[in-house]
Amino acid sequence: MFDAVVIGVSMGGLQALKVILPRLPKNFAIPVIVVLHQSTTIDSSLAVLLNGMFEIDVKEAELNEKIEAGYVYLSSPGYHLLIEQDKTFALSIDPPENFSIPSIDVLFESAAEAYGDGLVGIILTGANADGSQGLKVVGQHGGLTVVQAPNTAEAKVMPEAAIAAAEVRHIVPLDEMGEFILRLADDVG
Amino acid sequence: MIKSLLDIEIDCLLSAITERYGYDFRNYARASLKRRIQNYLTVSDCNHVSELIPKVLHDKECFAKFLSNMSVTVTEMFRDPLVFKSIREDILPKLKTYSRINVWHAGCATGEEVYSMAILLEEEGLLGRAHIYATDFNAKSLATAKEGIYPAENVQLYTRNYLKAGGKSSFSDYYQANYESAKMKDSLREKITFASHNLISDQVFAEMNLVLCRNVLIYFDKVLQDRVLELFSDSLVSRGFLVLGDKEAIKYSIVKDDFEAVSERLKTYRKVLHV
Ligand SMILES: C[S@@+](CC[C@H](N)C(=O)[O-])C[C@H]1O[C@@H](n2cnc3c(N)ncnc32)[C@H](O)[C@@H]1O
Repeated sequence: MFDAVVIGVSMGGLQALKVILPRLPKNFAIPVIVVLHQSTTIDSSLAVLLNGMFEIDVKEAELNEKIEAGYVYLSSPGYHLLIEQDKTFALSIDPPENFSIPSIDVLFESAAEAYGDGLVGIILTGANADGSQGLKVVGQHGGLTVVQAPNTAEAKVMPEAAIAAAEVRHIVPLDEMGEFILRLADDVG
Repeated sequence: MIKSLLDIEIDCLLSAITERYGYDFRNYARASLKRRIQNYLTVSDCNHVSELIPKVLHDKECFAKFLSNMSVTVTEMFRDPLVFKSIREDILPKLKTYSRINVWHAGCATGEEVYSMAILLEEEGLLGRAHIYATDFNAKSLATAKEGIYPAENVQLYTRNYLKAGGKSSFSDYYQANYESAKMKDSLREKITFASHNLISDQVFAEMNLVLCRNVLIYFDKVLQDRVLELFSDSLVSRGFLVLGDKEAIKYSIVKDDFEAVSERLKTYRKVLHV
């Protein structure tokens, strides 16, 4: 079984998450960690907004917090989200990467180092190429690489860039992505 | 878990730097530090972290460059405007009774927040008896802070933040505009001392009424976070105030009983009276 799922999503992201997350049960056996590009001018927390909409608990990833199954963790606007070797969250306000803070590459690369082949990296819809490099690194560490089928994405640039850059194992249409993630918990080996 | 080659190299580099220069990064949060080191590698002409070791050991210039790259960050004026609004409305009124107000801005980077603080004090009629100590260990950032010159393209954002923070006049009163830049007014700068201070190795240097240290603790591991929070607690007068970054909390730290929350959400705290 896998130890963690990281998801990177940008333009069209909220809609995509609303299709995927309802498929996940409360106490889903694998922690899910999402970097979502969003504007920092929105003051309200997306996690607060989304929590309660699905069975699974959604919360903002907090500094030093231990990563646990049963949660979907969201990045905070204005901060890079990283994972330490001891599977706790770290934050930084280092310069944007790919014009993005949080950056998907930053999460994916640190997650790849922390989880190795226990990691699943998923790139969803988006209008820039953030995450491509990160997904490649996930693959290099033996993790499973997954991309949303571009023709099911609101913005194709991000999934297409990821497919071009990384060795992608699975290309999954949006309406099957929730089911796909669900089945990761049954995968042995 | 077996240590990766990269981690071994980084450990060697950090030990070498600690012994040679006294800058101790060994207890920094590792993931972001590692990323900064790897990014530095791509702009240096080295292929491996271990190749950096002889360079930084023998060449002080090279170390200076490395150091400034280890803490390149982005900051802005009145970042999180609601925090500054709360400092204005909830904290400054309680400092009015003091004849002299000492403010320590620790980890001030390029100074944007420091000038924001000076503007608040000015508008609340306290700048005359206030003094701001603004410190960082990054010499390059401090030099920018001292100059107080910022790109004109940022002014729009700063003006918006200023208004959200409850600004009482016009933000343009506080800088001289040039074609490409905005220079902060001398009257603000006169009340600020910019100085190099390393939170890990340097001591308390004065009694403070208000300490601001925002988005610095996120770079430290738990041990360092506790140590630096103790330093702030020691530096504050009884009933003094502490303001941390949006994502930094005191509730799991060693000093949690030294402080009460002014606002847990805004990360503003006040030192309690000890018997
Ligand atoms: C992200 S900036 C914070 C800027 C500003 N306070 C803000 O929140 O916008 C972090 C700063 O902490 C400084 N810093 C990191 N380690 C330090 C240390 N040991 N001593 C003093 N400053 C340190 C860095 O140089 C950098 O300028």
